[in-house]
Amino acid sequence: MKRILIAMAWTAAGAGLVSAETVDPTAVMYKEGAVEQSLSGATGDAAAGKIVMTTRGQGNCIACHEVTELLNSPFHGEIGPTLDGVSERWSEAELRGIVANAKMTFEDTMMPAFYKTKGYIRPGKAFTGKAAEGDLPPLLTAQQIEDVVAYLLTLKE
Amino acid sequence: MGIKIVHPMAAVAMFALAATPAISDENANLVVNDEINITVRAAAPAHMENVSEVLSGWLFRADETQQFQMDDFDNPGMIWVDKAVASWGKAEGSEGKSCASCHDDPDSMAGVKAVYPKWNETAGELRTLELQINDCRENRMGAEPWKYTGGDMVNMTALIASVSRGMPVNVAIDGPVQSTWEQGKELYYTRTGQLEMSCANCHEDNYGNMIRADHLSQGQINGFPVYRLKNAKLNSVHSRFKGCVRDTRAETYKPGSAEFIALELYVASRGNGLSVEGPSVRN
Ligand code: HEC
Ligand code: HEC
Repeated sequence: MKRILIAMAWTAAGAGLVSAETVDPTAVMYKEGAVEQSLSGATGDAAAGKIVMTTRGQGNCIACHEVTELLNSPFHGEIGPTLDGVSERWSEAELRGIVANAKMTFEDTMMPAFYKTKGYIRPGKAFTGKAAEGDLPPLLTAQQIEDVVAYLLTLKE
Repeated sequence: MGIKIVHPMAAVAMFALAATPAISDENANLVVNDEINITVRAAAPAHMENVSEVLSGWLFRADETQQFQMDDFDNPGMIWVDKAVASWGKAEGSEGKSCASCHDDPDSMAGVKAVYPKWNETAGELRTLELQINDCRENRMGAEPWKYTGGDMVNMTALIASVSRGMPVNVAIDGPVQSTWEQGKELYYTRTGQLEMSCANCHEDNYGNMIRADHLSQGQINGFPVYRLKNAKLNSVHSRFKGCVRDTRAETYKPGSAEFIALELYVASRGNGLSVEGPSVRN
């Protein structure tokens, strides 16, 4: 039953990108924070990742990070470090791990885990303030994570 | 009424605003009506472990938002204070009494807001101002209680706060309230919701930083109730708590709940030493 529900969630969220190789959020293998394998089984699309980075209700990464190349999108936060040149500081696998669950790399970081479905305190139904029913869908889909990672890999000094 | 610029740099800073949100003058001083000195920065109370100076949320707001609070004619919150003055004298309920029947005029409330939430010995409970107001309504006036975050209630708390403006917040945290205070502290540091954020993540670790378009303050409640430009009305402490918890994608607590009362006591105590400022103006 549960597997069917998850499969349905992917169909809804992944817009046709569902593949047999999609790694479930509970099955991601972190090695010192890094994740080697593509979460969706497909390669990421940097242009799509750019949209995820700047869109509220998606990654909204710029709420906390400044990215010079994205300054056209209004209002960058200053909670986390600037992501300029980030591909020269971290490998693809490390970046995938940071975006999927930054707590595996930076203990106690404020950065949310974008590919996680359980283990929350008082999980809510999105921004309604009401209790969540069952496991939550991850904040980003497997493919969106891959897209963001592809975009981050374009950020060079 | 003219706008009073206390800090000379404020006038210059106004021109630099343009597209950048919430550039604030963190060095400004707040004097209301040219006569009420508001302490907007103070040494942190002894119980605070990670912060050395406590700062009013007023300091983090844009210059033009700051200015609204410098004169009661410019402060939209005062319109609701006037409404509460009318209800102060209005008899309601089976006893035919109003607030004025027992308390004379609202000035008699000077100093009250500064020490709330406060332990009530007779009832053996911790009372927020809202709980105390409803106790008077139900048990002294024989009137219906007001909704915890409703308009009548928030207006009355604004009136009662307004006559204490400038007085230092001095909430007791020991004795019978200590365990509730500990519970509030626990809530303050618990990372809730799918974003797994605590009050401390935003208001202790990151005050002064931008989170998207918002300039994070210390999340102090000395200025409550708060008139927000965003929703053009007075907002109670528990409504604000609810909004912040919701923003972590969490299931919120209810206004008036034991959890929010404990959190209010704890957060109020983090502002001990700042002045009562309500009704304040924020965005
Ligand atoms: C609520 C704040 C917040 C959000 C939202 C957020 N981050 Fe972060 N991020 C941080 C913080 C803080 C750090 C620094 C790590 C630490 O805690 O020490 C960080 C670190 C990083 C790093 C490592 C940077 C370096 O130079 O070492 C990357 C890469 C990153 N984040 C990417 C992202 C992406 C991509 C998103 C959106 C999908 C995102 N972040 C959303 C707060 C955030
Ligand atoms: C994700 C970030 C975030 C978290 C977590 C958060 N807040 Fe806030 N809070 C904000 C923002 C943004 C504002 C508006 C700007 C400001 O005053 O900081 C705000 C404002 C406030 C204010 C109004 C301050 C004023 O002067 O008007 C209070 C009080 C407050 N928060 C308390 C809390 C409490 C208590 C918690 C935990 C239950 C909490 N916040 C959790 C982001 C957050």
